Amino acid sequence: MTPNPEKKKLVVATTSLAGCFGCHMSFLDIDERILQLITHVEFNRSPIDDIKHINKPCDVGFVEGGCCNTENVHTLREFRKNCKILVSLGQCAITGGLPAMRNGIPMSDLFSEVYQNTNNPTLGNHLIPNDEEIPIILDRVYPCHEIVKVDAFLPGCPPNADLIWEALVRIIEGKSLDDLTYQYFKYD
Amino acid sequence: MEQGTIKITIDDKEIWAKDGQSVVEAARENHIFIPTLCDYKSLKPAGTCRLCTVKIGGRFVSACTTTVSNGMKVENESSEIKDIRKSLIEMLFVEGNHMCPSCEKSGNCDLQALAYRYQMTAPRFPFSFTNRRLDASLPHLILEHNRCIQCLRCVRGVRAKDGRDLFGFVDRGAKIHITVDKTVEEAFSEKTAAAAMAICPVGALIQKGGAYQTPIGDRKYDLHPIGSEIESNIEQSGGSHDTKS
Repeated sequence: MTPNPEKKKLVVATTSLAGCFGCHMSFLDIDERILQLITHVEFNRSPIDDIKHINKPCDVGFVEGGCCNTENVHTLREFRKNCKILVSLGQCAITGGLPAMRNGIPMSDLFSEVYQNTNNPTLGNHLIPNDEEIPIILDRVYPCHEIVKVDAFLPGCPPNADLIWEALVRIIEGKSLDDLTYQYFKYD
Repeated sequence: MEQGTIKITIDDKEIWAKDGQSVVEAARENHIFIPTLCDYKSLKPAGTCRLCTVKIGGRFVSACTTTVSNGMKVENESSEIKDIRKSLIEMLFVEGNHMCPSCEKSGNCDLQALAYRYQMTAPRFPFSFTNRRLDASLPHLILEHNRCIQCLRCVRGVRAKDGRDLFGFVDRGAKIHITVDKTVEEAFSEKTAAAAMAICPVGALIQKGGAYQTPIGDRKYDLHPIGSEIESNIEQSGGSHDTKS
């Protein structure tokens, strides 16, 4: 992957929905290769550069985490609308992951367990939060591809940094993301 | 190795098989991998998982329950068969709750290893997100029903000293789940727990107190895909199933 000053840089956006930012930490685990990366791409909305909203069309969007509330859905749709290639990054985006362990349990049971049957002193009034400023929680956690069309998937919890690097290199070189290296292709 | 007397063709390769062998066994002896989940060593094949689906004479059959016959032509590695197998793996994943990141069997799990081999990313089917029970009432064994694929390996392979069944199925259809006969003394033993965990291809049967002992990188399927030991004819090295035995 050699830099080509004539070629326009790819625009990359990343976000974390119902995730733990572990996938982004793994992204940063490409270490010094990030210097090589920025000769080929520029970052738009991402926690890495702290741009809060996508402000121009992007070539690639990486989404960490599934959708557990309306704000996640809104952000995911914003990514789909503005990114040519949308990539689900990590198990939560692909399967719902750990947050999806609540799926299958009735919402009323969850709310009463968290807010009402608790001795947590910060929740002294035992009220279930209900303010229009707060995103509405969904009936269950949805994998990203159940909400919008997703073009590629990088599994892992988190995905191996070498898998993320391999995917970035392939996208920059215009190659398919099928048949990724076995040693990096893991679900844990 | 003693050569068989029956000639069969798997894809384009002619091999010799022994009379009475299953297609899976014949393929294995000739270093051809046909994926299996419910098939286990000396146990009588059950044909429950269908992962070994091959095409013989234009029909889809399970290779573990099909006996070789002279001149048999088997289709094993076609794109059609590969896609059927991948879809079967995907169905198993969406049918239960297979949370690999938190599973004790991760890295040593046959289902996960097959999903790696067939490069499953997101299943084509929606996840069912069922809410099954976890039974940790026995002293040495956890029954994690969310991960059970109903392969019957424990039912067929783990028995009490007097030959009685230890594991069995209760209910039918979507509600089917394994259970342990708690009237048998061996159900409470550490030895049974170790045997059950070793025979379970997934993380449904877990021996208490010994999880996550093999570091990532040393586990059974971390570096080499499932089946590569058959294809390369080299004894598999490295990690083992996570049991104390």
